[in-house]
Amino acid sequence: MRYATRIAVGPVQFRIGSDWRAPIAALERLYAGYPRDDARAADATVRLFAARPWRRWLRPSVHIGGDFTVPDALPLPLSMGLLAAEMGMNLQVALGWRRHLLLHASAVARDGRALVMSGESGSGKSTLAALLGEEGWRLMGDEFTLVDPVSGDALAFPRAVSLKNAAIGEVAERVAPGRLGPLLARTPKGDIRHLIPRAEAIAAMHEPARPALILFPRFGGEAAVEPMGEGEAFVRLTEASTNYVALGEAGFATLARLVRETPAFAVSYPDSASGRALVEGLWAEAVR
Amino acid sequence: MSAAHTLVDLLAGRRDAATLGRGEWDGVISAARAEAMLATLAHRLADATVPPAVAALFADQRAAAATARQQALWEAEMARRALAPRGIEFVLLKGTAYAAAGLSCSEGRQIGDLDILVIAPDVRRAENALLNAGWEWVKSDPYDDHYYREYMHELPPLIHKTRDRMIDVHHTILPRTHRITPDALAMVSDAVRSHDGFAVLSSADMACHCAAHLIADGDLQGGLRNLWDFHCLTRDFAAADAHFWGKLDGRAELHGLRATVHRAARLARDIYGAELPPGWDRHVTGDGWFRRRLLARDDWGRSRNWLLQQAFYLRSHWLRMPPAMLARHLWTKWRKR
Repeated sequence: MRYATRIAVGPVQFRIGSDWRAPIAALERLYAGYPRDDARAADATVRLFAARPWRRWLRPSVHIGGDFTVPDALPLPLSMGLLAAEMGMNLQVALGWRRHLLLHASAVARDGRALVMSGESGSGKSTLAALLGEEGWRLMGDEFTLVDPVSGDALAFPRAVSLKNAAIGEVAERVAPGRLGPLLARTPKGDIRHLIPRAEAIAAMHEPARPALILFPRFGGEAAVEPMGEGEAFVRLTEASTNYVALGEAGFATLARLVRETPAFAVSYPDSASGRALVEGLWAEAVR
Repeated sequence: MSAAHTLVDLLAGRRDAATLGRGEWDGVISAARAEAMLATLAHRLADATVPPAVAALFADQRAAAATARQQALWEAEMARRALAPRGIEFVLLKGTAYAAAGLSCSEGRQIGDLDILVIAPDVRRAENALLNAGWEWVKSDPYDDHYYREYMHELPPLIHKTRDRMIDVHHTILPRTHRITPDALAMVSDAVRSHDGFAVLSSADMACHCAAHLIADGDLQGGLRNLWDFHCLTRDFAAADAHFWGKLDGRAELHGLRATVHRAARLARDIYGAELPPGWDRHVTGDGWFRRRLLARDDWGRSRNWLLQQAFYLRSHWLRMPPAMLARHLWTKWRKR
């Protein structure tokens, strides 16, 4: 393709090609602080392309493809090329990664132990992870958490955090402006701005962490904590996994071990401050 | 040298994996993925010297393929449990059949839908039995449904509502309206048992079906994999039976597939280095178009050569139905776009 770059996030080496320069330049700015090994073959290939040659210039719209392509997925305008790249990277990992059990969950770690937070988008798992990542926790990832079938450890996938809507302001006031990407306004997913994880989190991205606590956060409503049984946690995490079925028995064994060894809770919280307080309390119990 | 060329050179053993430059792996991997052959390549290169990241990716692919194979065979077992009590016998086709029969082409082979062949009089009963056992129609429009039932060699696809897996119930191996009409009854009656009790086509019929699927049905999209199947099948069958090529020739004649099977064999020779017996080892000008079509894949996994693709698309339809019907069909399809 005309423009291309390579990015390594956690164990995944991406190759991203584009018909336009802008999305590649934006990615390279966002991922400038990540270790780079251009000699390593890519695990996943993303293509950002114009469906028809003239659409490179005329009302340019970015189609997302690569190793895996979702048929009939709507293209994005070129101004949202960075979002297209992010969606393309997520898509390839979600559909192609087989080395680990993939959970649609954020994670942070402290003292070598991981807190895994799973929930639908809008549950606040990304924001909570981003905020904890600024206060003494190592951000492992805001979108995917990988669980190693052999060791049972959680592995980090610390891509640039995708902050949405109100979370943008809440996080922006706590971090240096240089750690924020451009504001992508009024995308199909709302306003989006990327946060570059702290340098320590990127440097530690290959360090596994033993899961110590699983939370299913829900933003909104009274502060509440509900212990969750192994069975329910198991079922909810199968729904949060994109490769549970494809991994077959290994997926079952990995997830069964995770929920047996790790306490799980459903938590609701009215605002980030009380969310963080809930997390700290449960964490203190879990690692005691 | 395109990525697709490097891919087939590696599969054929013409190129040592250790000689690939660091920039070449990306292209080979993307081309292999696009051809649904990455796990096949991973098996082929299991003992080769490859960079650590590639070795890790290949190991993932082999493990995933082993699980997928187990799931595909389980799906076949589910079909058996739905159909056997009604006394409906079926023959496994394509990927699931290769896996059930333990054939070498099934190593790492991606298996999509479950394809089965039943004799034409059993088709409606088979459909009912499957509907009663949890399969349901994939939502499709009335034209497509009518088209399948009237003209195709298979029922409209059914999907299982809890396992989310598709089954294609065939009553012959090429569309009813196709210029070639293989003898499906002979195929079913000469089917053989695999070691776990599934019926699969006889060796010669299996190769005939593989060639028909590759050359006579469809536009050669993903044809490298089907050709690899054909290459492995014929190579292994010929190694086990000195008269295999002769039997294949006779059987292909019976099905009206002689030219098709011969072309597949020549392409397997040209692309994967297959050794052909005298009488098969000829050179035919038209093959060049097929080779070019099969290898039209760039190092980003994209199809190349749009015009050639369109030509093969039209060819597939031309073979599939008479001209007046083709015109009607394409008109209906175009209006629905």
